Amino acid sequence: MKAAPFRYHAPSTVAEAVDLLTEHGDEAKVLAGGQSLVPIMALRLGRYGHLVDLNRVDGLRGVEAANGHVRVGAMTTQSAVEHDPMIADRVPLVAAAAPHIGHFQIRNRGTVGGSIAHADPAAELPAVAMALDAVMEVGGPEGAREVRAADFFTSMWTTSLADNEILTAVRFPVRSELQGFAVSEVARRHGDFALVGTACAVSVDGGGVVTDAAIALFGVGPTPVRAASAEEALVGTGPDADLGEIGRLALSGVDPNDDVHASGDYRRRAGAAIVARALGTARDEARGGRS
Amino acid sequence: MNEIPVTMTVNGEDRAATIEPRLTLADYLRSECGLTGTHLACEHGACGACTVLVDGAAQRSCLVFAVQAQGAEITTVEGLAEAPGEPTAVQRAFEDCYGLQCGFCTPGFVVSVTAFLRDNPEPDDREIREALSGNLCRCTGYGGIYAAVRQAAAELAEAQGGAS
Ligand SMILES: Cc1cc2nc3c(=O)[nH]c(=O)nc-3n(C[C@H](O)[C@H](O)[C@H](O)COP(=O)(O)OP(=O)(O)OC[C@H]3O[C@@H](n4cnc5c(N)ncnc54)[C@H](O)[C@@H]3O)c2cc1C
Ligand code: FES
Ligand code: FES
Repeated sequence: MKAAPFRYHAPSTVAEAVDLLTEHGDEAKVLAGGQSLVPIMALRLGRYGHLVDLNRVDGLRGVEAANGHVRVGAMTTQSAVEHDPMIADRVPLVAAAAPHIGHFQIRNRGTVGGSIAHADPAAELPAVAMALDAVMEVGGPEGAREVRAADFFTSMWTTSLADNEILTAVRFPVRSELQGFAVSEVARRHGDFALVGTACAVSVDGGGVVTDAAIALFGVGPTPVRAASAEEALVGTGPDADLGEIGRLALSGVDPNDDVHASGDYRRRAGAAIVARALGTARDEARGGRS
Repeated sequence: MNEIPVTMTVNGEDRAATIEPRLTLADYLRSECGLTGTHLACEHGACGACTVLVDGAAQRSCLVFAVQAQGAEITTVEGLAEAPGEPTAVQRAFEDCYGLQCGFCTPGFVVSVTAFLRDNPEPDDREIREALSGNLCRCTGYGGIYAAVRQAAAELAEAQGGAS
């Protein structure tokens, strides 16, 4: 099927884009990589009078390091972060997540900001943003503001962005030396959305005892979530921690849906197993980082 | 009418047209340029039959509006070979290894595999399988396609070695 007719706008600044969105209200939609929006339009699940294409807006693309953070412009492609050596070195969880997003042809066009703004509950990057407490930089009619990941994802496919606001960049904290990371998911085929997945970060002290843990789950509810009680249970443990138990604890706090792909119960059991596996990988990497 | 002028290079040739913004790049290539090698099946990004190179990167042409390709360099399956009758190593390999039956998915595979081997000339087994996961074939069962990627990689490696 084909998209319904729309007017196309290709602004060159954030301010122009925001003006267009303000002028056209809920008739208008931002177009980034189009890898989710165009299918929605082709299937006529959505029709919009105006598309505001961000691809020609200055300054929204690229990766830069600045005091303790790596700032990724919203229009940076998923392929670009997948292959960026600085991302691999300083924000390894983003590099670990990227290959799980669709297929390389999709990642060549799909953007980091688009994935996070689209807020699919089964998507990888929103969970990574939650796990790392990333900060979203937002541009709107009143200028720029910042939103913490925990306050960004409000419900399924919904964020705290207003209709006339644009996600301009995401700031991820740089890894510390004694930190390890892992992304793990169960999908029907490589590149498919996850039935259940997790993005984990684990910090240890010089003796290998866990000092901090972040466990973000995706595919288990309307938004990505942190498994706070499991994180707490892991802190203070050494190599003998029962990760299987921590995995079960992580999934005990969520109530995943049944759908045609898997039952909620399957998601909970598979989720517990992959959390245990991811925590093991992340903890080993954190210990290995000890010099 | 809501139409916009657009110019781009397709297989090395400059093209200009005035089109509706909702026309996808895939439909533009097929209907405006007469390049029907780019196939359309799902039209929502799932099957890969419409894959073309946009400024060198393999992308779904059903998920790009043609107006977005303003100024871009597009290569379709018709533009891969140097000349008619001189198929590329990837194209020959698909024929040699029975990597096609009805051929509907083949252009998408050939374009994807061409970009994949350019960026990763010595792929391992897992990388090949992962790269092929973005294209759907309903005829061959992938065995022949996998073998074609192996043959093309070997041939390209040999050509590289021979050239240096
Ligand atoms: C076959 C296929 C498989 C896929 N598999 C996966 C997968 O496994 N995991 C996964 O995470 N994704 C997957 N995707 C989706 C893909 O990652 C998309 O790229 C992503 O969801 C949206 O990014 P985009 O840049 O393409 O945004 P678009 O499709 O252009 O936009 C998506 C939404 O976000 C809004 N938006 C985009 N950018 C901004 C911005 N800067 N500010 C405000 N709003 C904005 C748009 O208005 C729209 O509502 C898949 C897609 C396809 C076609
Ligand atoms: S037709 Fe474009 S991916 Fe299927
Ligand atoms: S050869 Fe027929 S669909 Fe692939």
